[in-house]
Amino acid sequence: MKKTMLGNYAASWGAQLSRVQVISAYPITPQTLIVEKLSEIVADGKLDAKFIKVESEHSAMSGCIGASATGVRAYTATSAQGLALMHEMLHWAALARLPIVMTNVNRAMAPGWSIWADQNDSLSQRDTGWMQIYASSSQDILDSTILAYKVSEKLLLPTFITFDAFFLSHTLEVVDMPPIEDIDKFLPPYNPEYKLDVNDPRSFGALTSEEHYYEFRYKMQKAMEDAIPVIKEAGRGYEKLTGRYYDLIHPYRCEDADLVLVTSGTIAETTNVAVDELRKEGKKVGNLKIRIIRPYPKEDVLRIIQKCKKIAVIDRNISCGYHGIFAQELKSALYNEKEIPVWGYIIGLGGRDVKIEDIKDIADETLKNDTPKDLIWKGVKL
Amino acid sequence: MRLTIPEQEIMQPGHLACQGCGGSLAMRYALKVFGKDAILTLPACCWSVIDGPFPYTAVGVPLFHTAFETAAIMASGIKAGLDIQGKTSTNVIAWAGDGGTFDIGMAALSGSAERNDDILYICYDNEAYMNTGIQRSSATPHGAWTTTTPVKHYKRGRKKNIVEIMVAHRVPYTATASVGYPEDFIKKLKKAKETRGFKFLHVLAPCPTGWKSDPKYTVKLAKLAVQTNVFPIYEVEDGIRYRQTIRVKERKPITEYFKYQGRFKHLKEEEVEFIQKRVDEDYEILLRKLS
Ligand SMILES: Cc1ncc(C[n+]2csc(CCOP(=O)(O)OP(=O)(O)O)c2C)c(N)n1
Ligand code: SF4
Repeated sequence: MKKTMLGNYAASWGAQLSRVQVISAYPITPQTLIVEKLSEIVADGKLDAKFIKVESEHSAMSGCIGASATGVRAYTATSAQGLALMHEMLHWAALARLPIVMTNVNRAMAPGWSIWADQNDSLSQRDTGWMQIYASSSQDILDSTILAYKVSEKLLLPTFITFDAFFLSHTLEVVDMPPIEDIDKFLPPYNPEYKLDVNDPRSFGALTSEEHYYEFRYKMQKAMEDAIPVIKEAGRGYEKLTGRYYDLIHPYRCEDADLVLVTSGTIAETTNVAVDELRKEGKKVGNLKIRIIRPYPKEDVLRIIQKCKKIAVIDRNISCGYHGIFAQELKSALYNEKEIPVWGYIIGLGGRDVKIEDIKDIADETLKNDTPKDLIWKGVKL
Repeated sequence: MRLTIPEQEIMQPGHLACQGCGGSLAMRYALKVFGKDAILTLPACCWSVIDGPFPYTAVGVPLFHTAFETAAIMASGIKAGLDIQGKTSTNVIAWAGDGGTFDIGMAALSGSAERNDDILYICYDNEAYMNTGIQRSSATPHGAWTTTTPVKHYKRGRKKNIVEIMVAHRVPYTATASVGYPEDFIKKLKKAKETRGFKFLHVLAPCPTGWKSDPKYTVKLAKLAVQTNVFPIYEVEDGIRYRQTIRVKERKPITEYFKYQGRFKHLKEEEVEFIQKRVDEDYEILLRKLS
């Protein structure tokens, strides 16, 4: 069924179609609509779930953790300051190996107060052990939510789906809602081997010496490595059901490209349009959209860029004191493997609009120059 | 006299508490009442250690170790998870120290209380952060030494009145208890077990390590705290009906309570007098609510 909806509602419907059983959430702009819609859905009895209306995001994540430990499907949504407040519990969810799924609407961190898009909130959580999906359309948001449960529950790792504030959260798009019967077949009820069960009492998360802790971490890393084929397999299963395939990366016109632009989120969609225009001008440019940054799809990235001559990474984030985070990730993937020069562009922080012309400028600049630069700020007005 | 303490032991031997630990005694009693159909969650506190290292556990019921400030909400989350699966008979218990309750866990505690989540929250109060080595908390009494309130700069200021804070939430059941009066404690646990909604038990649990007392005096101190009116024993239903469950006929002087503890040794006579006056005043205020 096709429906026109805001990106935020695509997240709510995604959770509903996944038949989440416990929702524990706290409002923050621009995420608010997600939980408002879900509380309506639960109140109307359209979803058999408990909704804990908590007093903070730290508690929102903790509530999900408690519920998930009993063996149910848990969900929450947040953004920026809320995600940062959850930080401790993000580690907790991942190390406790609980397959919680969350939506994070990418919003710039304060101060100054900004409610607009930027990825520093989610990328600051890169090392918490969560899988991270960067969605670039409302369809992607809905489908990714269902896929995230599928993958998370197999690997016992949590996942969040993140997307640009307002550009996606508050924009209407046509979304195809798969029938719930199809999703029920794709995503059977969650029933973990170990859970809080009075008939099988166990202690979870106890004091752990170096005798065991090291191996726990090793197993988490292994699960992250295993995630790559699991994500692809889930993607193929979902494609059979809906005709839509989701991979860790989505290359566009990269096969013969001299210059590959590396993007994520809504900028990736803008870049596809820019690539078409650049191609018309006879410039061999492609776009490599990174959809999942953890686990990092290193092999796939290397395969796509192997024949190109230059790479420009477009980051809507900055690791102050160094440079863009997607650029760092890309360079670390190349090291020891390939010698391709990489340009790093910062753009659109705090929700500044990124236009097709901006992307074309970046492409032209990179094509023109021969000396790569780590850090180029696009359009700073001083 | 016939004892009412259940014989069943759920807590296992081999736990890691210090000798004479009031907190481990409190847990033992609680588990006797709740039996096997209970799930526990513990934030960072002495009990995270007492339970034993992975892969061992001493509590004998399912247990989820959680972050310092999350005892209440973790229990609420567990309860929600059980409820949606139809496992509604299981009691979910948050078990936290005074630090995890009075201080860092306050927001989550207030949240669960305000929503009236059907959980039991037990605070075992040893009046300081013992797990990190005896630092003051907002439950540390006036006059006490801790490592962050050294004798030259001992704790000044009141102990936060956690019971009144919970009562102000108008939760179905709030009570104080002491490991010195196990029968009273057990009655309250039973009442909490039968009450739906949010329940809060505040249990005084002497800590020989932090109070600088002889392990053999734990129960004596737990009784003296009550007999001196330092820790009155009462319960409050629905935030309005106060009832004293242990009546002290003739209160003992505070010096009797201080005598067995190193943490008050530095206090001069006039300071002890000041504390005595305050204890009497606070008790007067409570009496007015009881009548
Ligand atoms: C966020 C956070 N801050 C600090 C700590 C360190 N910490 C662990 S236990 C503890 C004190 C616990 O005191 P209390 O709750 O009174 O329990 P007790 O140890 O006395 O049993 C502290 C400060 C922590 N684990 N997490
Ligand atoms: S330090 Fe005190 S509370 Fe902690 S285990 Fe020892 S006696 Fe018990």
